[in-house]
Amino acid sequence: MMGLRRKRRLQLLTVSTAALAVAAILAGYGFQDGIEYFKTPSQLMENKPKSDKLIRLGGIVEPGSVARMPSGGVEFRISDGIGSIPVRFEGILPDLFSEDRGAIARGRYNGKEFDAIEILAKHDENYMPKEVVRALKDQGVFRPGLE
Amino acid sequence: MMFVEIGHFALVLLLGTSLLQFAVSIVGAGLGWIGWMRMAVPSSAVLFALSMISFGTLVMAFVRSDFSVALVVANSHSAKPILYKIAGVWGNHEGSMLLWVLILNLYGAMVGWRGCNLPLPLQARVLGVQASISAAFTAYILFASNPFTRLTIPPFDGRDLNPLLQDPGLAFHPPFLYLGYVGLSVSFCFAVAALLGKKVDAAWARWVRPWTLASWSFLTLGIAMGSWWAYYELGWGGWWFWDPVENASFMPWLAATALLHSAAVVEKRECLLNWTVFLCILGFTLSLIGTFLVRSGIITSVHAFASDPTRGIFILIILGVFSGGGFLLYALRSNRLVPTGAFGFLSRESALVVNNVLLVVALAVVFLGTFWPVIMEMALGRTVSVGAPFFNAAFTPFMIVLFAVLPLGAILRWKRASPGDAALTLGGALAVSMAVGAFSWVLQTGGDMLGPVGLLIATWLIAGSAADLYQRAGGLRGGAEAFFRRALKLSGADWGKLTAHAGLGVLVAGIAAITAWQVEDIRTARPGEAFELGSQRVEFIGLGKRRGPNYSALYGTFSVGNGDGDAVIIQPERRYYEFAGSPTTEAGINAGFLRDIYIVIGEVHDDGSVTVKSYVNPLVNWIWLGAVMMALGGAFSLIDRRYRVAGLSARLQRKVKAAGT
Repeated sequence: MMGLRRKRRLQLLTVSTAALAVAAILAGYGFQDGIEYFKTPSQLMENKPKSDKLIRLGGIVEPGSVARMPSGGVEFRISDGIGSIPVRFEGILPDLFSEDRGAIARGRYNGKEFDAIEILAKHDENYMPKEVVRALKDQGVFRPGLE
Repeated sequence: MMFVEIGHFALVLLLGTSLLQFAVSIVGAGLGWIGWMRMAVPSSAVLFALSMISFGTLVMAFVRSDFSVALVVANSHSAKPILYKIAGVWGNHEGSMLLWVLILNLYGAMVGWRGCNLPLPLQARVLGVQASISAAFTAYILFASNPFTRLTIPPFDGRDLNPLLQDPGLAFHPPFLYLGYVGLSVSFCFAVAALLGKKVDAAWARWVRPWTLASWSFLTLGIAMGSWWAYYELGWGGWWFWDPVENASFMPWLAATALLHSAAVVEKRECLLNWTVFLCILGFTLSLIGTFLVRSGIITSVHAFASDPTRGIFILIILGVFSGGGFLLYALRSNRLVPTGAFGFLSRESALVVNNVLLVVALAVVFLGTFWPVIMEMALGRTVSVGAPFFNAAFTPFMIVLFAVLPLGAILRWKRASPGDAALTLGGALAVSMAVGAFSWVLQTGGDMLGPVGLLIATWLIAGSAADLYQRAGGLRGGAEAFFRRALKLSGADWGKLTAHAGLGVLVAGIAAITAWQVEDIRTARPGEAFELGSQRVEFIGLGKRRGPNYSALYGTFSVGNGDGDAVIIQPERRYYEFAGSPTTEAGINAGFLRDIYIVIGEVHDDGSVTVKSYVNPLVNWIWLGAVMMALGGAFSLIDRRYRVAGLSARLQRKVKAAGT
């Protein structure tokens, strides 16, 4: 019976290795579309990504910049104290979205405007995305009240 | 009132008793001192009683709105409905950790109570390890997140619970999730106890499996509730977002699912011993990792609530000690577990091995996707997020293969199966599912294959279960009545398997339909305006205001119909919770068996128009229906007579006694 068991073990090894190899290939393929980089406005202005690449733009919603478009969309600027980028969004803003608060927009940048497909919501008014906090701290424009 | 201090004191006693139970039972089992080992059962009842007292006093503080307790002030308000006063207990970090400990000790007491027939050393070791986990988490609560902290100057009223949590779906979500998460600690303790005692056999698997089944069922329900809540409360129109916090509960679920199936092999055939012990340790490790992910906020989540990295460190230490210890013990001892059974290439055993390989590789993919942001940040200092496209590309294919082989594996015989029998049983099911797939492809007039393929797989799973039932109950020999009589006589485990697998099919149908055929519309509309949504006509009638117990709401009224028959009225709301000072969106949903109509309103603009987002979500409720069927399947298996320890045959009991000494 020992022979049979060794044979099974070999087969098992083959199957698992094959499954893992397939997983690695699929993961590599998935990473091409599935990874979104986080950028601040100044990083985005410095280094323009391809216009079809989904990115996450994070910073503070500039006070006084939120405006309605006649089409029903909304426009505002996301800033990190150094740079600021106009964002366009058609849809329902998250409940806790407001001026002078942190926000993350998911979308594409065409060099002039950021076309957001989603404004990331927060579930908690005290919560600020840690990427935004860190980016603002790096730029030296973080103040505790923002958190 | 002294209540809160009593709770705090009970927690201190709990820490002491846990440490004592740990030391006494493990030493007693190691040295074979019967009196010491006997302490474990009564002591585990004491642990449960102490956690109950501690948790009970906190509930009392919330119910009575005792605003001298800091936690109550931060998470409650006197005007809040009673259900949410109670749910507020676990709607925050400190209280939810106390719930964690309560459930842990509930399981400990249950093992002590139900496991009277366990061999004494095994029982003592299981309860000893369980007590050490209880000690670690109690210490964590006492020293790093004490829910009983008092305020010197109590305020007049509280700051209210986060409004998103004031919802029945989310009120019950954490207890169920924890019943699942924490239940995996029992399997972990059994694995560690078996490694300490160097003995794993069919009897061991028979004891482990019910606990795994119970926690798997609760975890299934807990995840389903969370997903249901996200669907109707967040107003995003989706039901799963591959968010780190969601993955945190999904990874232990995948491990537990693998464990359920591999424990069946140990129980029936005494193979895969090593692997099953490994899965027990892995399952609980993933529970701890899940707790760590949610509590530390290390990965940005769309569901993030305020989190604290320093708390993460403590959980990381607990994780390191228990999982590290478990895996180390496994590495040292697992080579002593020798399997006895062998099996043919085409057999139930082989099928379950394939099930386990696919589930665990898929689990690895989810793990990679969830932790990739952390890896990237540590290695390259870059901030990235991993989105749904990654999981769709790398996770879904494994599930498709798994579902394709599932009905086949489920009907194969143990040890050696014949391909002819299998083809005979499943031929009809295959034909039906092909027909459903082709039919839906024709109905949607070609195009994307996602929906038709999804429905094909879903039908294959459901029809496969039906074929299994038909064959197991001996077909229509003696007429339909005889068939039903035989079907009802099938064991709980058989019914459990059939129901759970059919439930999976229902779930897959729901996922396929909403993914392929969801209709979405977003526009700005004025009262009186009408628009088309798929085959439906939506009329925006107007806006109104109303009040709830602790919020005020603006609601829109929409009339939706498809021309013939009555139109339905849908009223989405935007609520403003005054005491918490924050708004929430309540989707308006007309739920149905075949489709939901789902409407959300945004802000009102200066010209009186409103942003309106509306969806038709086909078969979306099948997702939760399927999950409930799966959990029900777990429950059916659980009531199977074989798992009632009292029902063990005399032969097995003798074997067990011999094994224990």
